[in-house]
Amino acid sequence: MTDVLVKVGFLALAALNGAIIFTIMDVKGASWMQRRPGPLHVGLRGFIFPLAEILKFVQKEDIIPTEVDRPVFKWAPAYVMVSCVALFAVVPMSPTLVVADLELGVFFALAISSLGTIGVLTAGWSSANKYSLMGGLRAAGQLIAYELPLILAVVGVVIQAETMSLVGIVEKQIEWGVPFVVGGQIVGFLIFMVAATAEMMRVPFDMPIGESELTMGFMTEYSGIRFLIFYISEYMNMFILCAIASTLFLGGYHVPLLPTEWVNFYGPVVLLTKTAILGFILVAVRWSQPRFREDQLQNLAWKILIPASLINILVTAVMKVGF
Amino acid sequence: MISYFQDYVTIAAVLGFGLFLVVLLLGVASVLRPNKPYAEKLQTYECGVDPVGSGWSQTYVRYYIFGLLFVIFDVEAVFIFPWAINLEKLGYFGLIEMFVFIFILLIGLIYAIRKDVLKWE
Repeated sequence: MTDVLVKVGFLALAALNGAIIFTIMDVKGASWMQRRPGPLHVGLRGFIFPLAEILKFVQKEDIIPTEVDRPVFKWAPAYVMVSCVALFAVVPMSPTLVVADLELGVFFALAISSLGTIGVLTAGWSSANKYSLMGGLRAAGQLIAYELPLILAVVGVVIQAETMSLVGIVEKQIEWGVPFVVGGQIVGFLIFMVAATAEMMRVPFDMPIGESELTMGFMTEYSGIRFLIFYISEYMNMFILCAIASTLFLGGYHVPLLPTEWVNFYGPVVLLTKTAILGFILVAVRWSQPRFREDQLQNLAWKILIPASLINILVTAVMKVGF
Repeated sequence: MISYFQDYVTIAAVLGFGLFLVVLLLGVASVLRPNKPYAEKLQTYECGVDPVGSGWSQTYVRYYIFGLLFVIFDVEAVFIFPWAINLEKLGYFGLIEMFVFIFILLIGLIYAIRKDVLKWE
């Protein structure tokens, strides 16, 4: 029992800090990459502004319009939050520092991450608002379209590692000596990152929110604390998908040439560094790319990414059996 | 076997924690926030202008074919994962089998593209 509580406590720390660090990175990144001041006044040159942000949102009035479908509207953010938090359970920071090393680790992560789609769709639909409905439908179409490349890109890694446990996958990469991204999964890694960006609904895949066309998409009617829940989940999702990508493709908590006996000490630092680098790439993309059009987005998923990931599976399988 | 269930107890605790986090935030906010509703404030916001008509209208759900295709490929993924783990043992038999499987699916996808059902407009 205490065992489980310790694990959940560790997870709470990782999830909340991850979300806050990525929020700071995103907003500060914006002010460095574009000519805007960004947060400057709270704390150390604005570096602790997310805390002020949380305090602000907690004190805001929670307006629930009379038209909405109340129970559905009220609980839609919970789906998104729960699915994001559950993702943190399977990512190993070191061979022992993992909340639950499931044998079906990868499969669990992919399954639970698609739970968030329900939250987004119900949020859009229950708002009784045309823009929200449009945003929700776009989000559902986008999330299911990019779910497939995400899943199929992971299959390549599973073929090479012969296991679905995330610790097992990292151990296999240590055994190989090089991360899978160098050892033949470069295409898989690119597909995974593109699909993951779309799953996070970040620019250039942010049509469901598209503030210049749909006000705020499926979140338009949300205010106060429920908006904050969506907001935190977005950054949690960004953090954890980057962490999963670095675990699957970049060697997780280990880098080549470091002694494996010390992995428990440097593991978390290495994983967080890789996660932060991937996150920084996403921030750079966000502040420098324009948004796709809705049909271009669907075409990219169905006509390019899915066939490419299927071919990636076949090539990986041939390499595995043939050599 | 015990550790197998132990893992899923942990997962259940994690899901519970996620829900707890939501309830905690909502609870803290409900104590701290002001609450002064009036009719104009509770109107649907939409884009700032008073909404025209009702939000509850019939909508053409464009992605319903996408939904069908998604189910097909998702089930395929469920089949592929066990195969992917055991590929070494299955050898060339498994490889050719999966080539046929994926090839049929790819033909289906190409057919859908040629039939223009994947157009979003």
